[in-house]
Amino acid sequence: MAEIRVRDRWGSRIGVILAVAGSAVGLGNFLRFPGNAAQNGGGAFMLPYFISLLVLGLPMCWAEWTMGRYAGVRGFNSAPAIYTVIWRNRISKYFGSLAILIPLVIYMYYVLIEAWCLGYAIKYLTGALMLGPEPSEYGKFFGDFVGIESDGALLAEGNRSLLVILVIVFACNFVLIYRGVNKGIETFCKIAMPALIVLGLVVLIRVLTLGTPDPSRPDQSVLGGLGFMWNPHPDRLFDFQTWLAASGQVFFSLSVGFGIIVNYSSYLSRDDDVALSGLTSSSMNEFFEVCLGGLITVPAAFIFLGMAAGDFTGSTFALGFQALPNVFALMPAGQFFGFLWFFMLFVAAITSSVSMLQPVIAFLEEGFGLKRHASAALLGLVSAIGCGFVLYFSKNLVALDMMDFWVGSVALFVLAMIQSFLYAWMFGIKRGHEELHRGAHIRIPWAVQWVMKYVVPLYLLVIFVGFCYQRLPSSDQQEFKSPLAQASTLVEGALPEWLRTEFTEQELVLPEDATLQAGAHRTADGGWRIVNAQRHLLYRLVPENGQWEVKSRQVGYVESISRNAVALLSVLFISVLFLFVLVLVHIAGRRWQAEGRFDNIPD
Amino acid sequence: MTLTLGGWIVMLLSVGSVLALVSFCLFRVLSLPPVEIEKHLKGPLEIDTRDTSDAD
Repeated sequence: MAEIRVRDRWGSRIGVILAVAGSAVGLGNFLRFPGNAAQNGGGAFMLPYFISLLVLGLPMCWAEWTMGRYAGVRGFNSAPAIYTVIWRNRISKYFGSLAILIPLVIYMYYVLIEAWCLGYAIKYLTGALMLGPEPSEYGKFFGDFVGIESDGALLAEGNRSLLVILVIVFACNFVLIYRGVNKGIETFCKIAMPALIVLGLVVLIRVLTLGTPDPSRPDQSVLGGLGFMWNPHPDRLFDFQTWLAASGQVFFSLSVGFGIIVNYSSYLSRDDDVALSGLTSSSMNEFFEVCLGGLITVPAAFIFLGMAAGDFTGSTFALGFQALPNVFALMPAGQFFGFLWFFMLFVAAITSSVSMLQPVIAFLEEGFGLKRHASAALLGLVSAIGCGFVLYFSKNLVALDMMDFWVGSVALFVLAMIQSFLYAWMFGIKRGHEELHRGAHIRIPWAVQWVMKYVVPLYLLVIFVGFCYQRLPSSDQQEFKSPLAQASTLVEGALPEWLRTEFTEQELVLPEDATLQAGAHRTADGGWRIVNAQRHLLYRLVPENGQWEVKSRQVGYVESISRNAVALLSVLFISVLFLFVLVLVHIAGRRWQAEGRFDNIPD
Repeated sequence: MTLTLGGWIVMLLSVGSVLALVSFCLFRVLSLPPVEIEKHLKGPLEIDTRDTSDAD
């Protein structure tokens, strides 16, 4: 017979705030934000960024805190049950399956990135990452470390160091999650978050006191680095891409749409504050992002790499794992600060990854009455399979990238839209406003509810459409122009040497097996396609105004599924997992119905 | 390259406003009376899933 006792709960007000902030603070704060800002208008990026924070980030955050606590005090902690409490409809629980799938799949690859961070920190301790001034060394090191050359590279004999680190990191996460919300997550975050601030401040002071390390390059100074990051380019405000990047950054950074905040806040009591707590956790996330990430990463890269730092800002991994190690190699006491930096990233990552496990654990406990150890064991098995999948299919990080795109981006947008719909249109903004202010220590203007009902769904939809338009279809990107003089010598088959030389001069990759094909739009002047052995289009040579226009094929996420077996396998893996979660939610729903769990729930 | 006047303004405004917000929030949170542990014990009694009782 079941015992009567009080459920798992947060132990303190600051504990839940630090846990939510820890969930939000991750690599994106230190790597993605500065790269995004530097690429999209520098200081001008901050205007759409703060507007997005006010009209998208904070309202969504408050909505999730409110819904979570509302359902939590009625005895529910898992997203499928929470959504059912919010909207008493038989289909609402199925929306919750996304809130299980998203943290589960993101955990599968995020824990691997977490292992990279710890691995890099260890490499700094041993001095193995002090590779000198040559930038290419760091690209090669990263490639070898993460197994970018071939699938299964990380399991090959003599190259299993990352595997060992991954097992340790994986175990750390499960020890924390097994100890529960209060003893595990809250206790850890109370130590980890202050430690993160100290580590960040130490690295920040180091960067801001670098002066001009190389007197022969007076431009590459602290002020130059800050200028590279913060000087505003107002013309970029008229570019839709800037607004898209800023909105996306706020959206991804605050952990909204993950299903984590609704779960965390469900462990609050009826009169615990959510208004001030939500604002505090969001503002802490902003502190790490703007005050630390914005002042450290790109300025440090510029001080040592100059304008070449701009080559890395487009990629989080390139900036974090190639440019910055190069920077630490050139920096006084770089080995020590390199260790601090990557250990800080590791701590930031583990506070996030542990938060991804809790929503799934809560569902397994609530949906099937499993004990903590049984649900942790089951989750451990499923997440280990997924993590092993990403670890094995390491070539070009295709599996990781596919999971990050389809689940870490697309599904996230969908869940955020569902949550905004549930809160504003089903739960109701009047009830939401009252519920938000129960036990609140600050007043939130009524306008926020109005924004939640009308602006947030529209805003999310616009970003989502823009995001899909940019990333889903393939497109051609102009690379260089070349005279038509030797056009008549082109024939189908092997590429002539002069053409290969031109590509090499432009630093464009051309596989050995690339061949020429007559283009689909061949004109009287001749149009050509360069394809690889699988006959996939790599470049297009288009005659225009007496010149060759060479365009590279930017493969969209839809085309990549048909082109790449691992991409297809990744999508199949996600789909099967999603179906599995849907079935579990269905079974849990039947169980709840049989037990009458949703009968007589007070409004 | 150096930090222009516009860069200084944007940087100080951004960093300053975030610092002001986080300071205000933390001050408010930390100056509130601590939540009594008894308050939690008065919460609605639930069916035990026995999920954390032996998670030491």
